[in-house]
Amino acid sequence: MTPAPLVQVDGLVKRFPGERGLFGLGRARRTVRAVDGVSFAIAAGQTLGLVGESGCGKSTVGRTILRLIEPDAGRVTLGGADVVALGGRELRALRRRMQIVFQDPYGSLNPRMTVQQTLAEPLAIHRLATGLEAKRRVAALLDEVGLDPAFAAAYPHELSGGQRQRVGIARALSVEPQFLVLDEPVSALDVSVQAQVLNLLADLQRKRRLTYLFIAHDLAVVKHIADDVAVMYLGKIVERAPATGLYAGPRHPYTTSLLSAVPVPDPKAQRQRIVLQGEVPSPASPPAGCPFHPRCPHPRKNERCRTEPPALREVATGQFAACHFAEQPM
Amino acid sequence: MTEPLLRVRDLKTYFVTEQGSGTARAVDGVSFDVYPGETLGVVGESGCGKTVTSLSILRLIPEPPGHIRPGSFIEFEGRNLLTLAPKELRAVRGNRIAMIFQEPMTSLNPVFTVGHQIAEAAIVHQSLSRRAARARAIEMLTLVGIPDPGERVDHYPHQMSGGMRQRVMIAMALICHPQLLIADEPTTALDVTIQAQILELLDRLQRELGMAVMLITHDLGVVAGSADRVVVMYAGQVVEQASTGELFARPLHPYTEGLLASVPRLDTRVSQVRGRLHSIPGQVPAATSWPAGCRFHPRCPYAWDRCAVEEPPLLDSAGAEAGTHTVRCWLLTEPERRERHP
Ligand SMILES: Nc1ncnc2c1ncn2[C@@H]1O[C@H](COP(=O)(O)OP(=O)(O)OP(=O)(O)O)[C@@H](O)[C@H]1O
Ligand SMILES: Nc1ncnc2c1ncn2[C@@H]1O[C@H](COP(=O)(O)OP(=O)(O)OP(=O)(O)O)[C@@H](O)[C@H]1O
Ligand code: SF4
Ligand code: SF4
Ligand SMILES: [Mg+2]
Ligand SMILES: [Mg+2]
Repeated sequence: MTPAPLVQVDGLVKRFPGERGLFGLGRARRTVRAVDGVSFAIAAGQTLGLVGESGCGKSTVGRTILRLIEPDAGRVTLGGADVVALGGRELRALRRRMQIVFQDPYGSLNPRMTVQQTLAEPLAIHRLATGLEAKRRVAALLDEVGLDPAFAAAYPHELSGGQRQRVGIARALSVEPQFLVLDEPVSALDVSVQAQVLNLLADLQRKRRLTYLFIAHDLAVVKHIADDVAVMYLGKIVERAPATGLYAGPRHPYTTSLLSAVPVPDPKAQRQRIVLQGEVPSPASPPAGCPFHPRCPHPRKNERCRTEPPALREVATGQFAACHFAEQPM
Repeated sequence: MTEPLLRVRDLKTYFVTEQGSGTARAVDGVSFDVYPGETLGVVGESGCGKTVTSLSILRLIPEPPGHIRPGSFIEFEGRNLLTLAPKELRAVRGNRIAMIFQEPMTSLNPVFTVGHQIAEAAIVHQSLSRRAARARAIEMLTLVGIPDPGERVDHYPHQMSGGMRQRVMIAMALICHPQLLIADEPTTALDVTIQAQILELLDRLQRELGMAVMLITHDLGVVAGSADRVVVMYAGQVVEQASTGELFARPLHPYTEGLLASVPRLDTRVSQVRGRLHSIPGQVPAATSWPAGCRFHPRCPYAWDRCAVEEPPLLDSAGAEAGTHTVRCWLLTEPERRERHP
């Protein structure tokens, strides 16, 4: 039996009002459906990888779950507690249990605060520790993320990208959360440093029994950390499955294309590359029918794809795909 | 064998830092060749000197704080670029050698249309009329696969996606049919899907136009699919150089080995990859304080006392034709140490 999920998301929707053109001129654009009915669950101690191209809504999912932005519809629970309904003190208490690490290790730290100040701040906000005790905790956190305690006195500009990302992780861990949203935590890092940070995240998860939502645009990175994978396209999940099933046999043509686009560090690998044509359409005016149809390389794509939106349905045990031809994958 | 198109010898580009923390030896004795029509991959971690190398070739290093040291030598089509007069240099830059810069947004001017910016090079170098240049710009946008080129030519950079801006950069770079294209991390900021499109585009254009490409990247996956030969850089130096097939089949420098092992891979089973990824311990040191001896020794799993004091030269790998696979590592003279390592 699968353990009860720690995080459960049902029918999450987030719209952004259409922006106007440059200088506020021109017609107001249509509403952007950044997240359009997303559902998933993550069991305690497990990792869900959330993957998709730029603009598909990954960060918005992560931020609405934590209520850093308010969802328009949907239900989110953390250990049974309703994240969306709570307010005030209860929400603050719940926030301690869920934290986020941002993609940009440069932009996400206050340049005028030392590492010590950055890490002590959440401790003070949540009334966990002050003074000497805070110092002691900061030193322990730095040690845990593999940084010399001497870095406590450093400012962000004195740190490398990998070091900054470690500080970001330490900051998230400082309040001892159960659940972490990792929003592209390694995308801005070099491969060697990326490997260091991925290993650190895996170690921390084991040690602290953390639950992760790991956001990335690279399926190869996700393969190293995720138990389950959800693939997003234009605000919707188009495939969701245990990692073993998804990598061994993707059912949605978009997943297949994403896998095929990952460069393989082996010149002898003669792969049949599927190079997706075109770019992601604007989420303000998604195509009718299957939203992927203008770019879909599936040989059986037909009229039905252009008119009838495919539902996300279970095609193999635990493997869900939103494609009319999921039974005949590419 | 054919003559190289570009010959770089003992290139040293240093920067005097403000805070008096000393001289940054960003590029410190780099040599390599680029042959006509080939793709040379240049790989290494952030800060190892890739961008400074390419900017030096075009003499775009800001002086001060930077300067190219005497004794450096860069020959292109038989001429020493480092002694060219400004006028001759301008005729080479953007015309015979073109460059795509690392940051597509900062290198496009936000106040001009992309058509204007693409056409500019043709107006300057080929003295085309405005109208002819505009037609050329549309032609170039078509070549790089931008839909509705006739309309897009009048758009501004902010109206385009990252992938499209990168195509515009390529169109700008190629309008004068350069012999050499230097592409500095042309896909790093892009999604894997768009990266695949851009790499395919560069491949096709190279075949059609017969130019040489210097492809700079920190991603060995990108190099494996596109390059004929690879130069691996570390701490301002070339540490390994070989044909792509040879480098991936027989990586000899411990740094190359480490880089290869840390790439997250798809071609392994989930059960195998879950668990620890290989990683190189530590990080690239600052360019003002490269370690003594072998610059990689503080991070090298094989290092022994000799490595900390004696700097290895580039050595020929045994079993390869002289000069075709060179490695800056003492293991080549004491190979038994590799075997003895756990
Ligand atoms: N505050 C906002 N106001 C208006 N539109 C927004 C806002 N935040 C995001 N969007 C839009 O919502 C969509 C989803 O954005 P989101 O940042 O979630 O994508 P993402 O998948 O995280 O992309 P990336 O890989 O680039 O980080 C995009 O079209 C984006 O332009
Ligand atoms: N204007 C400058 N002043 C001082 N130091 C500089 C300057 N430009 C570059 N450097 C230093 O030279 C070294 C090499 O930088 P370079 O930009 O060539 O690295 P790179 O290999 O291109 O890295 P990345 O992958 O991050 O682009 C770095 O240590 C950098 O700090
Ligand atoms: S439903 Fe049709 S267009 Fe959509 S992914 Fe499947 S085959 Fe492609
Ligand atoms: S010379 Fe020594 S330290 Fe340097 S790479 Fe070779 S074995 Fe490692
Ligand atoms: Mg995002
Ligand atoms: Mg660079």
